[in-house]
Amino acid sequence: MHDKTLTELAAALDAGEFSSRELTQNLLERIGALDPEINSFISVTGEQALAAADAADAVRAKGNAGPLTGLPLALKDIFCTLGVKTSCGSRMLDSFVSPYDATVVEKLSEAGMVSLGKTNMDEFAMGSSNENSHYGPVKNPWDLNAVPGGSSGGSAAAVAAGLVPAALGTDTGGSIRQPASFCGITGLKPTYGRVSRYGIIAYASSLDQAGPMARSAEDCALLLGAIAGHDLRDSTSVARGVPDYREALGESLSGLKIGLPKEYFGDGLDPQVEAAVRDAVKVYESLGATVREVSLPHTHHAIRAYYVIAPAEASSNLSRYDGVRFGHRCENPTDLIDLYKRSRAEGFGEEVKRRILMGTHTLSEGFFDAYYKKAQQVRRLIRQDFLDAFEDVDVLMGPTSPTPAFDLGANKDPVSMYLQDIYTIAINLAGIPGISIPVGLAGSRPVGLQILAPHFAEPQLLNIAHQFQQATDWHRQQPAFGKENA
Amino acid sequence: MMEWETVIGLEVHVQLATRSKIFSGASTAFGAEPNTQACAVDLGMPGALPVLNEAAVAMAVQFGLAIDAEIPEVSIFDRKNYFYPDLPKGYQTSQMYHPIVGRGEIEISLDDGSTKRVRVHHAHLEEDAGKSLHEDFQGMTGIDLNRAGTPLLEIVSEPDMRSAKEAAAYLKAIHAIVTYLGISDGNMAEGSMRCDVNVSVRPKGQAEFGTRAEIKNVNSFRFVERAIAFEVERQIELIEDGGKVVQETRLFDPELDETRSMRTKEEANDYRYFPCPDLLPVVLDQAYVDHLRSALPELPSEKRARFQDELGLSAYDAGVLSSSREMAEYFDIVKDTCGDAKQAANWVQGELAGALNRENLDIEQSPVSAQQLGELVARVLDDTINGKAAKQVFQGLWNGEGKTADEIIKAKGLKQVTDTGAIESMIDQVIADSPVQVAQYRDAEPDKRGKMIGYFVGQVMKASRGTANPQQVNQLLKEKLDALC
Repeated sequence: MHDKTLTELAAALDAGEFSSRELTQNLLERIGALDPEINSFISVTGEQALAAADAADAVRAKGNAGPLTGLPLALKDIFCTLGVKTSCGSRMLDSFVSPYDATVVEKLSEAGMVSLGKTNMDEFAMGSSNENSHYGPVKNPWDLNAVPGGSSGGSAAAVAAGLVPAALGTDTGGSIRQPASFCGITGLKPTYGRVSRYGIIAYASSLDQAGPMARSAEDCALLLGAIAGHDLRDSTSVARGVPDYREALGESLSGLKIGLPKEYFGDGLDPQVEAAVRDAVKVYESLGATVREVSLPHTHHAIRAYYVIAPAEASSNLSRYDGVRFGHRCENPTDLIDLYKRSRAEGFGEEVKRRILMGTHTLSEGFFDAYYKKAQQVRRLIRQDFLDAFEDVDVLMGPTSPTPAFDLGANKDPVSMYLQDIYTIAINLAGIPGISIPVGLAGSRPVGLQILAPHFAEPQLLNIAHQFQQATDWHRQQPAFGKENA
Repeated sequence: MMEWETVIGLEVHVQLATRSKIFSGASTAFGAEPNTQACAVDLGMPGALPVLNEAAVAMAVQFGLAIDAEIPEVSIFDRKNYFYPDLPKGYQTSQMYHPIVGRGEIEISLDDGSTKRVRVHHAHLEEDAGKSLHEDFQGMTGIDLNRAGTPLLEIVSEPDMRSAKEAAAYLKAIHAIVTYLGISDGNMAEGSMRCDVNVSVRPKGQAEFGTRAEIKNVNSFRFVERAIAFEVERQIELIEDGGKVVQETRLFDPELDETRSMRTKEEANDYRYFPCPDLLPVVLDQAYVDHLRSALPELPSEKRARFQDELGLSAYDAGVLSSSREMAEYFDIVKDTCGDAKQAANWVQGELAGALNRENLDIEQSPVSAQQLGELVARVLDDTINGKAAKQVFQGLWNGEGKTADEIIKAKGLKQVTDTGAIESMIDQVIADSPVQVAQYRDAEPDKRGKMIGYFVGQVMKASRGTANPQQVNQLLKEKLDALC
């Protein structure tokens, strides 16, 4: 049962092939057996999961099951979960037990889903390899020498290893799409404002967005339908109806206009990745789409703008971790300043400190205009690039990442790590939705195709990904890891 | 000796009387057990997000309209970043660059009856911080976050005031406006209004300003005057002794009646303001602003004008009676109940104000209600009692000896005697009992007699225990005595 999609599991539960308890039990056992190798979970919440599964089975027995009732998933440890440790991958929050549920967590449990636990991640979602976790790195199930990507690396690895059929991640500069690409799964970053951020520990508030990571676009559609929508507790969530994302999944792609941004096929792109992506585009042509080259002229500014805006917001968002009310507090502080300094020095890891310092600097008197204001201007230009491109084409396609998953420890220099996000980061700056789907392998490591659509065009985006998955079976490929435990 | 001019600007923080906080649903009630009125948002919990309270926006706009200020279409919340234990998020959400209220003007009344206009630079919305509690924790500090997130309107004046009196008058004018609008309870003792005072001095006639000191967190009208008085003296002495005023933040100590340095400009924080990404810009459409404008109550300046023009009160009376919403409402009820504005004004400012002053009470704490006082004045006006008896009735009401003036008049037998027969018989008795005085009266020059009649009036009033109508007594006595001459 561990290799099925959510859609297939729902059908099996409906058919009585097994109960939600059996499914949950089975996956908990797999996690127990396999996760020590890949380290994708920070907390496994077996007891709560079994209780939720029993409740779901009871609902099903009464004939009241919805499409998600009794289906298991995992949550990135950035989502606040009532009564459960919510660490955000940081020593700072190692002792933090959330007193409330994030809106999306509340929605999923209302839909009857069963959370098996909290997945590993780069500390405070800052990273592209999941090596910046207080709980140690996660390994890529496709190749245990490779990183799973980040920051939602635990979620991606857990789905790829067959420990859960789906997981929630968050994406600030590529943190859903890049690990989805590295781990050969499907990951969607919705339009900014589509999904409530309430209860998601903030990294960069104007960029953060939660989204589904699963084995198929269809499963992502199912999950997005459950988590999307306006939330009165998040002023930046958009008051706009939530369509039935699965309803759009049958549309033909005949006449679809695809744009290939030339900036996404330049220097630094791995040839195997490029080949797999171009092959995927050919599949789309065979499905009736037309392809043309387009330009997003401000692409090369995106990383620099991002690394001003995101750290600026982060430096402020992370100020609340001061050792006063919750989180790590140093031993025997001599005075208030000592309490602040040591609690934060001990609680935060190196990359988090680096970004706090960068953000503090760029917001400082005398630097604000040159950095922050300028970056916001660049952000508007980047957004305009996409709006202009969508005048001519329906969607944009390109590689999710310039390379397949790299080796653990390979990117020691922060700047070379930042460059990993070259194709994903602009999407967050523009606020548009993007999805990564597996389209091939470079050796043993998966390659992802990124598809981008205009704001709130998730129905079209998911259908376009779904049509590819109807025509190919890349999304059904599994790593050798864990097969013997099937 | 050089003549100095004082220059003062005020930043007044007004707690808005919303039921819930500016960015959360927690209650704003004062005086609850520590940390019982703080939710995840107020505690700065990971993942919690602010949602703007529309009531705070409406109140800020009402204030702006009341001072004829520009109301910009768009205002934006910024984060002011600094670490402090009672600031849970490590930043205060405020409005740095695009405040909700633009330039406006406030008219202040001075003791000599003149008025002056003080320009308001802007007013912005922000959240209050919590409180640090330094007692009761054996060398440690307690934090109470009940106040965290209470909405504040910070009203920033231009440096237009030239004396401590003007500053106090400005603060009183703001107090009157916010209480008239009902957007704050204006309770300074509970911290509902606090102000930072910027003070500098310069030689009279000099155009540029001197270096200013900012006195933080002054929380009463009296303290504002005293803090300024001390600070002005300090700065002048410093300069005259050859020193220089440094730009710094100072603290007023009401116990010692002095200001002390807190931190200099060099030690000041860099607040790293930037737009809060969790809140959308506030966009006000014209219809919304117009709606609030049409619902504005009568404001202090309008009330003052009406009291003068329609009721014929003096500028001074009109100023005092319109100085606070409570005072004006009290006066309006007294006036409407007795039907005579001048008499109502005399009573409110005379007998009532005196009694309140003696016991150090505010008008809303008066033991005599406006209705009771109005009925009392009505009894004077309809000649049921005379002025002397009225004071007794007022005392009775003040002491709670009866529920209404009529009840006390009856109980004490203070009803004025206007029956001519009854007064005449009392007069006859007094004349009969005072042969010596009658003889003196008769022997006096006619133009001296007027003065001498006082004795007889006193005797008759005494005989009536104060209830005889004094005018009637005078009139009848004169007739009777003159008949004897």
